[in-house]
Amino acid sequence: MTGYALFLGCTIPARQPHYELAARKALTKLGIELVDMEGATCCAPPPIQSIDLETSLALAAYNICLAEEADLNILTLCTGCFESLTIANRILKGKRELREKINKILSNVGKEFKGTKEVRHYLQVLMDDVGVNRLKQNVVKPLNGLKVAAFPGCHLLRPSELLRLDDPERPRIFDMLIETVGAKSIPYKNKLRCCGGLLRGYADDVALAIARDKIANAYNAGADCISTLCPFCFLTLDLGQMLIKTAYKEEYNMPIIHYAELLSLSLGVAPKELALDFHKMKVDKVLEKIG
Amino acid sequence: MTEEKPLDFAREITGRLGGETITRCYQCGTCASACPVTKTTERYNPRQVIRLALLGQRNDVLKGDAIWLCASCYNCQERCPQKVEVADVIYALRNMAIRGGNIPAIYTEFAAALMNEGRLAPMSKFLEKKRAEYGLPPLKPANTEALKKILAATGFDKIMFRKEGAT
Repeated sequence: MTGYALFLGCTIPARQPHYELAARKALTKLGIELVDMEGATCCAPPPIQSIDLETSLALAAYNICLAEEADLNILTLCTGCFESLTIANRILKGKRELREKINKILSNVGKEFKGTKEVRHYLQVLMDDVGVNRLKQNVVKPLNGLKVAAFPGCHLLRPSELLRLDDPERPRIFDMLIETVGAKSIPYKNKLRCCGGLLRGYADDVALAIARDKIANAYNAGADCISTLCPFCFLTLDLGQMLIKTAYKEEYNMPIIHYAELLSLSLGVAPKELALDFHKMKVDKVLEKIG
Repeated sequence: MTEEKPLDFAREITGRLGGETITRCYQCGTCASACPVTKTTERYNPRQVIRLALLGQRNDVLKGDAIWLCASCYNCQERCPQKVEVADVIYALRNMAIRGGNIPAIYTEFAAALMNEGRLAPMSKFLEKKRAEYGLPPLKPANTEALKKILAATGFDKIMFRKEGAT
């Protein structure tokens, strides 16, 4: 049994419980122990980095300190949290002056960043702790015939110099994990291009145009669904289709499904045990196809 | 007051967290060709933002709309042959713009959510109920007391809620 401090972040628990539920069920089934973190705050993602990078580093470091004190590595579900925490962890481990500056801030709350722990996305945990072979052995309901447009999202991969999770131009891990649960990861145009999600709230029209491009590309490639890892990609592409319907008079009805949900289904979790009613775009077609 | 020289602005940027690499830019445009936003709208071109900054066009850069249109996808940064950390430079410019009072409304909302709840997406009664129905454990609250002390130490509250005034 491998244990991790579960860093849930803001969006998943408060907006997308279907992601959390599926991830908890799947990871627990695979023998990963998840310890909920006490007192964790916002990871300090791009919106806060845009206001003040130093504050963002301090908040990320504070959260990492909580894991250091619990003597656990951090596991994230949200790709945004993964990025913010990993970047801070690696920058602060590497740059002494900056670490001292941040530790001076943290001394106000009795914390010190020591740099003794790792931040890991759950995909890495699946690859490294569970492993493809053992994962395959646990699949009781392979998702045969399901054509998945895998969308890893930006902050799983870039900036690769700090995240070091997969090749930023030709990533393979996410596709490999989709194939491990029996589905097919299909090629589609501009697969690695951003969903535009972070422009929502400032330039909604630009964000929607970028999202529409992504959905149309998956649709034209014959995908049964787009699979996501990041709650913002999910929101942008799922809710986005309702906005696209209004703005562009186009209907794609493309199910957007978190990989954790596909994983849970393949491990034998019944659809009714997952919070599938949180999807704006119904996933019935996906469920029918996998039988 | 002495007039600002073009390079003064560039020096100020390189002195900031995230802005260190801007002067390596040789204007090849790889960033713009890799940018999903540039492909979608004429309002944003990262090469142009950097050029304006290096020419000392402080107001065009910090009071303008362009710097807020970066989607933080890091494609530019990944591909820059000069290792300009383009997305981080944009963060540095946003940090400077906000200190100068150019704060898009959505960022005031983000800051308020962070300061009040410790989270950007506050929990609702509806979600609390739904979580219980699905057997999810209650969400552990953020330590807002510690958070407020950290924000006070970095000056975050003053940065956000003081209007005009340069640093």
